[in-house]
This record gives sequence, C-alpha cells and structure tokens, in this order.
Amino acid sequence: MAMESLGVLLLHPMNAYLEQELDSRFRLFRFWDSPPDGRAEFLRANSSAIRAVVGNAGYNADAALIDALPSLEIVASFSVGIDRVDLPKCRERGIRVTNTPDVLTDDVADLAVGLAIAALRKIPQADRYVRAGLWKAKGDYTLTTRFSGKRVGIIGLGRIGLAIATRVEAFDCPVNYYQRTKKDCPSYTYYPSVVELAANSDILVVACPLNEQTRHIVNREVIEALVPKGLLINIGRGPHVDEPELVSALVEGRLGGAGLDVFEDEPNVPEALFALDNVVLVPHVGSGTHETRQAMADLVLGNLEAHVLKKPLLTPVV
Amino acid sequence: NRKGVALLAVVATLKLATMAAAGGKPAVLLLRPVDAPFAAALRDRFRVLDLYAPGQALPALAFVAAAAAVPEPPRATVIWGGVRVDASFLDAAPSLRCVVSTAAGLDHIDLAECARRGVAVANSGEVYSTDVADYAVGLLLDVLRRVSASERYVRRGSWAAQGDYPLGSKLGGKRVGIIGLGNIGSRIAKRLEAFGCIIHYNSRKPKDSVSYKYFPNVHELAAESDVLVVACALNKATRHIVNKDVLEALGKDGVVVNIGRGANIDEAELVIALREGKIAGAGLDVFEHEPKVPAELFSMENVVLSRHVAVLTEESRSDLRAHTIGNLEAFFSGQPLLTPVHADSLAQ
Repeated sequence: MAMESLGVLLLHPMNAYLEQELDSRFRLFRFWDSPPDGRAEFLRANSSAIRAVVGNAGYNADAALIDALPSLEIVASFSVGIDRVDLPKCRERGIRVTNTPDVLTDDVADLAVGLAIAALRKIPQADRYVRAGLWKAKGDYTLTTRFSGKRVGIIGLGRIGLAIATRVEAFDCPVNYYQRTKKDCPSYTYYPSVVELAANSDILVVACPLNEQTRHIVNREVIEALVPKGLLINIGRGPHVDEPELVSALVEGRLGGAGLDVFEDEPNVPEALFALDNVVLVPHVGSGTHETRQAMADLVLGNLEAHVLKKPLLTPVV
Repeated sequence: NRKGVALLAVVATLKLATMAAAGGKPAVLLLRPVDAPFAAALRDRFRVLDLYAPGQALPALAFVAAAAAVPEPPRATVIWGGVRVDASFLDAAPSLRCVVSTAAGLDHIDLAECARRGVAVANSGEVYSTDVADYAVGLLLDVLRRVSASERYVRRGSWAAQGDYPLGSKLGGKRVGIIGLGNIGSRIAKRLEAFGCIIHYNSRKPKDSVSYKYFPNVHELAAESDVLVVACALNKATRHIVNKDVLEALGKDGVVVNIGRGANIDEAELVIALREGKIAGAGLDVFEHEPKVPAELFSMENVVLSRHVAVLTEESRSDLRAHTIGNLEAFFSGQPLLTPVHADSLAQ
C-alpha cells in the first residue's frame, strides 16, 4: 500500500503512541538511532527514502536538515508552534508543512492560568514546605496575592489567547490584549503596544507565535512597564522573552514573579531562578496531557495519510 | 464642706478620666491577634480589651472573666477559630450579646447555646470565598497538570538529565463533583465551567437557581464524577463525608481536592486509596490533625500538599477588616448584623 512506502523521519522520541503508529503505518526512520556524529551519514544513506519529517517544538526541520533530504515532501510537526521549521525554505522547495492547532488550545490555556494561580498563591512553595516537614505549628500567616480580579494582559489574542481570556473572565479578571491588529472583542481592552499593555496589567501572558517580529517581545522596557508586583506568564516560546533581563529583574525584585513553561535553551533553566520563591518553573508541559498528545498524534498521522492519498491536508501551514 | 467638694472633684475627675480614656466608645473584647491596620481601625472606633496586647499575661478564659468585670463590660467580642464559644465561655462573660467570628468555618461555635442565651453571632460572610475558590482551582490544576511535581523535577536538574516529565491529565471535559454548593462551591463551579468542566454537586437540598446536576448523596456524586471537591462546612453530618466507599466510587482515575476541613475526609482511608492506586491523586490544603500530615504522602508525586492557607491573601485580610468592623458597627448601632448566623443554618 502507498502508506507503507512513505519514509518518515521522526526527529525525537516525543510520543510512544505516535512512534508506534508511524512504525506500523509507514516506513519509520528514527533519527536518534544514529549517533550524533553519524547523523550526516544516516541522512545520506536514507535520503531517497525519507519523504516526510515529524518534528516538535524542540526538534524540527531546519535549513540543514531540509537540504540533506532531497526527497522531502512534507513536514508534519507534533506542535502548534513551528518557529523551528524553516518555512521560507519549505515554500521554496514546495514542501508542505502541517502543525497541531486547536487540539492543544485548552491544555495550554489551562496551564497558563494554573501557572498564574500557582505563582500568586505560592502553591508549589507550600507543597515544598509541607514535604520538607517544616509545618510544625499552626499559625504562619504569610499572605499571598489574590488571583481573582487581577488585570490580565495577553500578548496575542489567537486561539490560545482567547481561551485564556475566557477562563480568566470567570475569575472577574479584566482582560487586556496586544497584537498587531485590533480584534472585534468589545469586552477586552486593546493596547497598541506591549509596553502599554504591560503598564496596564497585573499579569502579562505571552500567547503569540514566535517569529522575527516577536523575538524578545518581552524585553527590559516591557518588564519595567509592568507594575512592580507584576507577574509574567510564558506559555509561548523561550525566545519571546529576553531571559537574562527577566532573570535579573526577578533576582533584583523589579518584577513580582513569573510562571514559565518555556526557556531560551531548553532543557536548561537559569540556575539563578532556583533560589527564588516567586517563580514557578515547569518543563514545557503546555500540551502535556495523555488526552491532548493522543489528539496531536492523530492529527500528525491524519496529515501524513492525507498527503499520501493526495487529499487536502488537515491542518496545513504551508 | 471643703472635704466633700474635694471628694466630689476626685470622683468627677476619675469619671472624666475614664470616659476620656474610653472616648465614649463601646468596649470590644478582642480575642485574636490582629495586624497593625486592623488594630488601629478597631481602636479608632472602640475601647479594645485586647487579649494579645503586649504585656498582657492572663490566659484566655481568665482574661475574658477579667474583662467581664470592668465597668461597662464588653457586649461584643471578636474571635477566630481557636476560640471555643460554648456554655463555659458564655458563662465567663455574661455581658456579651454579640460574637463576631473572623474564621471561615463555624465549627468552633455552639450556635444552639448562643441562640438559647440570645447572643447574636456574625460570621465572615463571603470575605474568603473568592480566595478559597481560586485556591481550589489552583490545587486541581496542579494535581492534574503536575505543576508542583514537574517543578520539583526541574529544580533538581532532572529535565536536562532525564528528559521530559511524564504526562498529566486534561482538565477540560472532566466531571467535577462539588460537595457543598455554598459561597465557595458556587464560585468553584463558575470558574471550572470556563475550563470546560461539567459540574455535578451534592448539598443538603438541590438549588433551583443552578442547572448543574444534583446528586442526593456523595457516594452517587463520586460514582459519576472524575473529580471530587470538598467545599462544605464541617459538622456532624459532614464528618468523614468522603470515606472509603466514596473513594472507591470515585475510582482509579479520580482526584480529590479538599479546601474544607481535614475531617471532611477519612484521612487514613485516603492515604490507603492513594497508596493502592484506588484513586489517581489529591490536592489537600487541610488535614485531620494539623499541622501533622501523613508522612507517606511526602513521597507521592500525584498529591499536592498545602498548609491551610487558602484564605490567606492580602486582599482577604483587608476585606476581613472592613467586614468585621461593619458587623461591630451594625451591632452597636442597633442595626441588623451584616452576616448573622442562625442556629439551624449550616454554611452550605
């Protein structure tokens, strides 16, 4: 069957179900089967067979990989963010690109809110305290900060941004947003710049795609505009934020706190953050639930099958 | 008659001195520590007899008795959860006609005894409801999405060394069974609906004003829910309302969140259910014997442990101050209390 002849290069062991299904439906090549210094040879040996690449947020089809795969027809990303796919090169070569929008919107939005509550109410900190056996007497009255009613400023009111807005509205949070063009959302307040958004928000959430325009969209100026006790939530990409600036702002107390799911150099997290009590640090788990990863995998598989059958792709970007 | 006049002058001076000191303000018996803004707000309006005043060394009941013996003894008292208001307390201070409690629960007050003596009781109303509801949602998200657990993983360097953290579970679409749909439970319901949860509930009676599915008992609620949230008061009917049977009905994918009282759950059975994988996880702000927490929980990745802080925000602190003063002022001016509690009412 035509399916089995589609050579698919999986760049990383990102999901057991996905890997299993790719293996049973197509001809699977696992990139990590070759040692790091043998990758070029591995690609050369299999370049005529590999017609599809499956990547994710961390490992994707960059220029070098695309150049090494002359038979490449489609990049199906196991992620919604495709900042690590060289899109101009794909367009140039006529290579299709798909991602996994919508199926992960809820989980990412849920995590954004979960991080904000965790950071303001210091839940992981309480958990650490209890597990360390420090809760010896009733009556420690350290006060945290209420989440409900805080002004939430969202950078990027796309699918994920809107889902965050809907959730925080249930907590009576006024919603502000910035993006390049104003949206028809009368109950949310538009700001024409990120700095103005930050100046009018208590919680700033990064929810836009990463591209040339949005790299370091949260920079020193934005961090300074945020109120002194302000909170930054990043569920986008690490490079959205000037990380060294963020770290020094947190260490110096110029920023109230942060909830971070992404970092500039994952899986490395700036160690200076570990000493802080006002940050919540999670390992890129935005879409990390069984339910959603299964749905994402099915979308990747569906896109690949559609490609083989010459049917319209389910979720094309290019 | 110089001696008589001198005596009257002394008496008048003493009376004036006392009144000046009191400022003509009514006396309030303060039986809980308060922060500086709260103390100042009370002193501005009342003559405060403060158990926690610096240098005050009498133990609580002795202090109460001494306060009851001053001229113009206090008719109102401000207490917290640590003060047991029962017959012996009320006997010690017969002048009291009003008890204003700043606690979230009412399990420390014998409401029937107060009613018998015509002592009015005011509670903290909805001062804490928002923060407790937020905390419940935060705990649930933490358990399902493993926020605290994956944070520990990051902080000990395991993300770089061992790779991705295991997957959590999606909140959207989960059936959440709320035990107690009062001020707190209804806020939890409203919040979780926005995440796509389906709300089920149990309370003493169904509520006509909501469209959520009602269950007449917690066992049936658990059987048709993926999450159980304890948001009810603690009283005879609700002690161990979450017991072994309820946990079994909830099932191996089920999660329990407790922001009520530790004793709402049979803690020993909860630990067993977690140990044996009979339920999937728990988020707990309260325990049966605080501050003791079953040590077995410390090594579990699927539980989130907190130290009874769901009410503790700066905002609820200032809301509480305004609310308490409001109740006291209402009482002293003969107006109805803002948040009176009646003997037959339970905070559900």
